[in-house]
Amino acid sequence: MTKPDLRPDTTRQDPPTIRDILERALPARLRRGTGGDTPGNRRRVEAGHLSWTRMFEVLRRDRLGQIGVTIFLVFLIVAVFAPFLAPSEPMEMHRRADGTFARMDQPSAEHLLGTTRMGRDILSQLIIGTRTAMIVGVISAVITSLVGMNIGLIAGYFGGRVDNILMRITDLVYGIPFLPLQIILVVILGPNLLNIILAIVLVAWRTTARVIRAQVLSLKNRTFIEVAKVSGASDWWIIYRHLAPNVLPLTFVYTALAMGWAILTEASVSFLGYGDPRLISWGKMLFNAHTAQATMVAWWWTVPPGLCITLLVMSGFFIGRAYEEVENPRLKER
Amino acid sequence: MTAAVPVIDVRDLKKHFPIGNDPIAQILGRKQKSVRAVDGVSLKVVHGQTLGLVGESGSGKTTLGKTIVRLYKPTAGNILFRGTDIASLEGKELKGFRSEAQMVFQDPYESMNPRFTAGETLVEPLLIHRVGTPDQRWEMAIQMLERVGLKPAEEFMDRFPHEMSGGQRQRVCIARALIVKPKVLVADEPVSMLDVSIRADILNLLRGLIDEMGLASLYISHDLSLIRYVCDTVAILYLGRVVEMGPTEDIIQNPLHPYSQALLAAVPVPDPRFRHDEDPLEGEPPNPVDLPPGCRFRPRCQQATPRCLEQEPEPSFDGERYVECHLHS
Amino acid sequence: MNELLQLENFSVEFKIKRGIGRAVDNVSIDVRKDENFGLVGESGCGKTTLCKAIIQLLPGNGRIASGSAMFQGRDLVSLSKAEISKVRWKSISMIAQSAMNALDPVYRVEDQIIEAILHHTNATRAKALERTRELFNLVGLPQSAIGRYPHQFSGGMRQRAIIAMALALDPQLIIADEPTTALDVIVQAQILRRINELRSRIKGSMIMITHDISVVAETCDRVAVMYGGNIVEQGGVHQVLLEPFHPYTLGLRNAFPSITGARTELVSIPGSPPDIFDPPPGCKFEDRCPFRVDRCAQEQPLPEQVGPDHYTACHRLEDHELMKRAAVERKTWQGTKAAKRLEIQGGYSGRPTQQKETQGGEPA
Repeated sequence: MTKPDLRPDTTRQDPPTIRDILERALPARLRRGTGGDTPGNRRRVEAGHLSWTRMFEVLRRDRLGQIGVTIFLVFLIVAVFAPFLAPSEPMEMHRRADGTFARMDQPSAEHLLGTTRMGRDILSQLIIGTRTAMIVGVISAVITSLVGMNIGLIAGYFGGRVDNILMRITDLVYGIPFLPLQIILVVILGPNLLNIILAIVLVAWRTTARVIRAQVLSLKNRTFIEVAKVSGASDWWIIYRHLAPNVLPLTFVYTALAMGWAILTEASVSFLGYGDPRLISWGKMLFNAHTAQATMVAWWWTVPPGLCITLLVMSGFFIGRAYEEVENPRLKER
Repeated sequence: MTAAVPVIDVRDLKKHFPIGNDPIAQILGRKQKSVRAVDGVSLKVVHGQTLGLVGESGSGKTTLGKTIVRLYKPTAGNILFRGTDIASLEGKELKGFRSEAQMVFQDPYESMNPRFTAGETLVEPLLIHRVGTPDQRWEMAIQMLERVGLKPAEEFMDRFPHEMSGGQRQRVCIARALIVKPKVLVADEPVSMLDVSIRADILNLLRGLIDEMGLASLYISHDLSLIRYVCDTVAILYLGRVVEMGPTEDIIQNPLHPYSQALLAAVPVPDPRFRHDEDPLEGEPPNPVDLPPGCRFRPRCQQATPRCLEQEPEPSFDGERYVECHLHS
Repeated sequence: MNELLQLENFSVEFKIKRGIGRAVDNVSIDVRKDENFGLVGESGCGKTTLCKAIIQLLPGNGRIASGSAMFQGRDLVSLSKAEISKVRWKSISMIAQSAMNALDPVYRVEDQIIEAILHHTNATRAKALERTRELFNLVGLPQSAIGRYPHQFSGGMRQRAIIAMALALDPQLIIADEPTTALDVIVQAQILRRINELRSRIKGSMIMITHDISVVAETCDRVAVMYGGNIVEQGGVHQVLLEPFHPYTLGLRNAFPSITGARTELVSIPGSPPDIFDPPPGCKFEDRCPFRVDRCAQEQPLPEQVGPDHYTACHRLEDHELMKRAAVERKTWQGTKAAKRLEIQGGYSGRPTQQKETQGGEPA
């Protein structure tokens, strides 16, 4: 006798796959981590239940998100394998066949993206510079969102004095203009990558905090939170087991955006000359080109780094956009 | 008959919500304005009994229910749970009480975290109170689902709220409340958001579980016709106080307090031949902020006397029926 | 010609990703002049959709699939956008569910009524204000309410204001969608009383949409019961509520215990309404019906006359007496396909006072 299908709106049109059967056979504890495009995971994503492995399910449906992830992954691979991919040392000054320094050479078979005024290979610089961009971008984004999300959660949930204090701090930070802050930090602490990341994080968390706090405010009085309290859940349990998963999709959106902003910021800082002088970065390349007054003349020097910055920032936006969808779980009508 | 020790014994309970921040009033030492949602309620519920709490908006019935399960901290008064006052418990002790008193809410959809499956919702209270091993918790959840009539239980464990009907969700909520084997259950209009044709099932389920587990329960509702079928005894609330309390059938046949009379007269009857004797009571319950002097029902009472303006009525209890009214003191 | 509104084989469809669903399926009813007509059913049965469709207020993915709606000699279905907007408010007005919460909070209540009047007629502002005062009187709002904002009105007052707005242009037909559901019981009684009083003071008909048969019993002359988009029973309110023929109506009665008379058992109808996007081939109620026979699963029943102005759509009308008697018992409803599938453990069916002496309720 066939088992009647009790589900009112079933996404299960196909027969169960081996994955589904395995998923069911696993004891409860182990089920949570299963990834893959299964009906079970699709339903979980529809309900807004994001876990690490289910992040990918979201992207399956979003074309722009897929493009964003692809771009990001390409840059990630390049960053990881940079020393092997770069044709030469980025600071090496090359000579032409006739012995002169290969200054401002146009793209050729030897130097695919040409050379700088000092005879350095631009492609190598670009590839090595990817590392800087990724490190700054990813680390800043992760720290920013962690700090911002937690501040938003705590301020929003506890309210009262805690909220007041945290929000006044946030307001203060909103007033701080970024560049002067960076300059001050560079002067005080010295121009290195860590300080740049520090400066970015010190400022960037404010938006995430505000947005997450607003979402928490709307969530904390909902009945399921009262239900959790009646069950004996402590404040921290509620924050991290109920509220955090519900704000995670939004946090992720802002993480992706923060990555884009961080990369852009580092590039601007380096371009203005306040970056780490020992580091190769795309912004630094633009700075060098500008200082060498080559901007109008050597397009091969300025366009590639500019393009890379644009592409990587865009990928951040696309990925963030894809997760906005998960914000409101696709609910069937009651 | 010896009186059983009440599971819940509420004494002169008050819950006020301060409104606004009036620094001048604070400085001058004047009393802050507050919403006096529950303003001196006393009642008892014994093992196996279901006490109905009936009232309109502003009566304080929901606040009373939530205060008894300590979702709110009382402003004044005592709540004795099996003899121990839980009104000012905090921390670990309060958490201990939490596994003894549970609540089912009105909106079955809102009561579940939309991102949790039914299984996760059910297991959560066990996790919080660290009951059993993960596999044991799973088993308990399965058993509870079957007890509330959701079969096959394994299928339901995996479902999200949006994949269940209203009745199914409410069953999950009931299962969750009862999985920790509490002694007290407060049900806040558990069926008012469900289709009428399935309300009886949920109510019968609740009743059955209450009997089976010997719970002391409070059933909050504005619908007197339903209260009649669920509750042995009923308390009628008006503006934060109990105005009448006693056996349900007695009160329905012979209401003493003018408000109870008005309430019963207003209940619509599904019989087209029926005609109400009187006009419905005029006006609406005032805000529980600015309470009138004397009896708080006096402004709307058609049987008011001058004494009702001067003095608040004294409670009177004859062993069965409790009334707060000058006409019956 | 006593009919004000005549619906004939009226059907409404919705289109979503999943497919097309029939929210309203071949409905034929007529509303007469100066009568209150009740439309009873549970959530999702199509009653609101039906009324919205009559005045062409369906959302983008809905359409009137077939049928006609004759009103004052014209078929409302065939009217253009411009023509139907002239009909709305002036000839047919609708009070949407929770309209009382839809009042604009930044405008005074009387201004919102005046604006509605000015928008649809060429009255002067002075005339509109006078009419508004008249309306406030009619619905029982005190004159002191003039000049106040919605947040200063209580729930009952807001509902009265909404009714006033619906009456503003003297429509021939008002459609009220669950007008008292969100209100406390005493306020509900006041509003229902007022609605009954209005009938003697103004001319016009009302369609009262509700899930509560008590409301219908108190205010309506005739009633139609809807299930799954179909009208399963219709007729005078006495006949349908006191002598119902359709199993669903029989079951629905059990769900409305009365405060008067003896206590009867609370019995429910296990199961849930059909999916309009995947409807059963025969009678929509078959799955939850205790009296189903094979024919019910294959063929949709058509309405048949069972009394003067009383129609029911059911294949087993001749067994009516048997059905009526069996319907009051819970075990009847446990035998349906839906019940068996859900294997509901009912649990409790006795009287709550069986075991305890009245110990409880004692105050301190």
